[in-house]
Amino acid sequence: MTKPYSQHTLPNGLNVLLKEIHTAPIVSTWMWYRVGSRDETPGRTGVSHWTEHMQFKGTPQFPASILDKIIAREGGAWNAFTYLDWTTYFETLPADKFDLGLRIEADRMTNSTFDPKEVESERTVIISEREGSENEPMFKLSEAVHMAAFRVHAYHHEVIGDLADLRTITRDDLHRHYRAYYVPNNAVLAVAGDFETGAMLERIRALYEPIPAGAVPPRLERPEPPASGEHRLTVEGPGETTFIEIGYRVPAGSEADFLTLTVLDSLLAGPNSLNMFGGGGISNRTSRLYRALVEKELAVSVHGGLTATIDPYLYLLTIIVHPQRKPEEALAAFDAEIERIQNERIGEAEIARAIKQARANFAYGTESITNQAFWLGHAEMFADYGWFLTYLDRLAKVTPAKVQKAAQVYLRPQNRVVGTYLPTGGAPK
Amino acid sequence: MSTRRAPHSAPANRHSLPGPDDITRLVLPNGITVLCRVNFNSPSIFVSGYLQAGGLCDPDEKLGLADFTASALMRGTEKHDTQQIFDALESCGASLSFGAGAHTTGFGAHSLAEDLPLLLDLLAETLLQPSFPDEQVEKLRAQLLTGLALRAQDTADMASLTFDQILFAGHPYARPDDGWPETIQAVTRADLADFRARHYGPRGMVIAIVGAVEPKAAVGQVERVLGGWRNPSQPEPPALPPLAPLKKTITRKVTIAGKSQSDLVVGTSGPARCDPGFLAASLGNSILGQFGLMGRIGEVVREKTGLAYSAYSTLNSGIGPGSWEVSAGVNPRNVGKAEKLIRREIERFVEKGVTEEELADSQANFIGRLPLSLESNAGVAGALLHIERFGLGLDYYRRYPDLIRAVTPAQVLETARRHFRPEALAVAVAGP
Repeated sequence: MTKPYSQHTLPNGLNVLLKEIHTAPIVSTWMWYRVGSRDETPGRTGVSHWTEHMQFKGTPQFPASILDKIIAREGGAWNAFTYLDWTTYFETLPADKFDLGLRIEADRMTNSTFDPKEVESERTVIISEREGSENEPMFKLSEAVHMAAFRVHAYHHEVIGDLADLRTITRDDLHRHYRAYYVPNNAVLAVAGDFETGAMLERIRALYEPIPAGAVPPRLERPEPPASGEHRLTVEGPGETTFIEIGYRVPAGSEADFLTLTVLDSLLAGPNSLNMFGGGGISNRTSRLYRALVEKELAVSVHGGLTATIDPYLYLLTIIVHPQRKPEEALAAFDAEIERIQNERIGEAEIARAIKQARANFAYGTESITNQAFWLGHAEMFADYGWFLTYLDRLAKVTPAKVQKAAQVYLRPQNRVVGTYLPTGGAPK
Repeated sequence: MSTRRAPHSAPANRHSLPGPDDITRLVLPNGITVLCRVNFNSPSIFVSGYLQAGGLCDPDEKLGLADFTASALMRGTEKHDTQQIFDALESCGASLSFGAGAHTTGFGAHSLAEDLPLLLDLLAETLLQPSFPDEQVEKLRAQLLTGLALRAQDTADMASLTFDQILFAGHPYARPDDGWPETIQAVTRADLADFRARHYGPRGMVIAIVGAVEPKAAVGQVERVLGGWRNPSQPEPPALPPLAPLKKTITRKVTIAGKSQSDLVVGTSGPARCDPGFLAASLGNSILGQFGLMGRIGEVVREKTGLAYSAYSTLNSGIGPGSWEVSAGVNPRNVGKAEKLIRREIERFVEKGVTEEELADSQANFIGRLPLSLESNAGVAGALLHIERFGLGLDYYRRYPDLIRAVTPAQVLETARRHFRPEALAVAVAGP
């Protein structure tokens, strides 16, 4: 039913990945650009995300007033995401309307207007987006943890950018960013769904081959120096609830240890789904940390998560502290669990269970064509699509010894930042 | 290159919407309705459904009892403790969870196809034989109280809750289903057990099973685990009083110190789901605050004036009276400006209605998005429950395009005027 994918490089450097899936009359088209907040320097933080917003403001062919209706009229879904390493745009449409997604992405790769008036109106929209996030204690805490974990590397700032920069970035800054990075040789076009590969490729060639390649700036290389010790920090803010976020420095998504760490995470904090769209979600009540923290009434929740990135990033764990407990008590129990996994034998069965959970989540992910198209391109951003295709097979090769070694190497206190959100009270009036 | 393959080739229904020829519907002798639809494209299964017991049954002083009870079902049974229950589920990558709304207690679950029997065993065991262990009840209580403490600090949640208190004053819908800290404190272990024993029963229960299982096998599994369930004293669902319309605009502000953004909700009542004007209202709502980048509201509050990142309208229609609300998150100093713009759009909406072109756009959107909304097993299960809950008929999704196309601008205007009276709105603000 699901044919293997195919990969093609157009003469202008555009990398095209196609995957036929004939389970539903749907086609999902994703355009990925190799630029994100990791490429931003102080003074320009948030420029990638703001550029993404401007891509919805129209071109001469598809003015904003048309653009925002045209997908909806066809019953499609579309959106865009800016993240640490990448910026991506997608359209999921009824199969007979797939051409629209291809045309929009080809058009806005080169023709977006960046009207100065629209830039100004979007400035306040993005500041409002940031203010909405600042309402959340976890946003504030996470921002502080990242600043402490990355002194040099650009992973230190939030994707949305710092307020100072959101106030001063100009139309020319945005347009320069657009012209520099939005070129075919810096992009990956991933399409999955109910189409025939030959015809799809022909249409893609017709639309995209005329777009000239550009001189892409080299990616920002500012490696983070090794950690010199544990960082601890506190953030204060309104509320009655205490949060802890712990970030351990871990390797890039393409490194072999990253897969081992996903198994380690599954044991500690429960299985995480790779699925960005639809399907998945397995509870974590039998994970080691849930049992040690929540069942012991030191916390009301605990979660962990890894992100596959180009450069070494963080294994992040968040704890909501029990209202009758102190953060130090929760952290002491957390540390005891980390020491246990570093020092006590891990059973084969526990690993096998984590792998079965990953297989189930993988199966749930196949229910959504949008999710499958997402992975077709996303994997190319930090490794290649083979990473996704071989994910389960490589996971099956993870052994208890490897998991324990990874815990010993990466989960050292010297390798982490511990942030605590201390609530200052303030009941609503 | 190896890929994981689905176990079967494309089924005949791949290009069609759910209908009487591919939905199995059966009512068991004890009153449970089972709905099934096959999908062998993925080796997974989604199960969801509901029972006729919800927050409407909660006494005021124990508000949140229905939801507390639902959340406590998996904390231990006569046969297994909570760790054993979750170990069985998590070990095979399955999930099961419960929650309660005003009218019903719902559940959702998924698993690989081979684990459906286990999933249904646990569903039945947690529904029929929960033991509500004291120690687990206290753990859950702390979690619920933390959730309420977070709610009290969440500007969007508090604006929405305050809006409901204004709009539904004197009506049970004014009460939040998750209760208040003091009412959650007041619930005892015995309350949970009593609530379950009294209100849970097979009559009116619905269960939808969608995925890689033949309907006959699925129905057989439900009969095996729930076919023997009886509750002779199961009460009728409580009747709903009518909603008194607002006589004038009422504004209420909740101050939450230290926040960067305020949330604003402006709106009125909406049609019940079974109201003949529902589809016209739904299309009107799309034009007002959904279509494209959030309709007319998005156009004025976000695109033209740059006041908000998030600005849209929502129509909430269920069993009883609904709500029709416009929401925006704005800088605290822009609340007044945003409210004015929203009220002006509401006035325009009830004065002039919508154009043929706007309506045609939203009609195309409603019809065109069906395949995408029905792509996953969870999406189909939700659709099956929707047609069952509101008695829409198994052919509803086949008739749907015609029903949508039949709506006229005059009908949209009529339903807008029936609900929105610009001089009598509920306005709620939460922020610093």
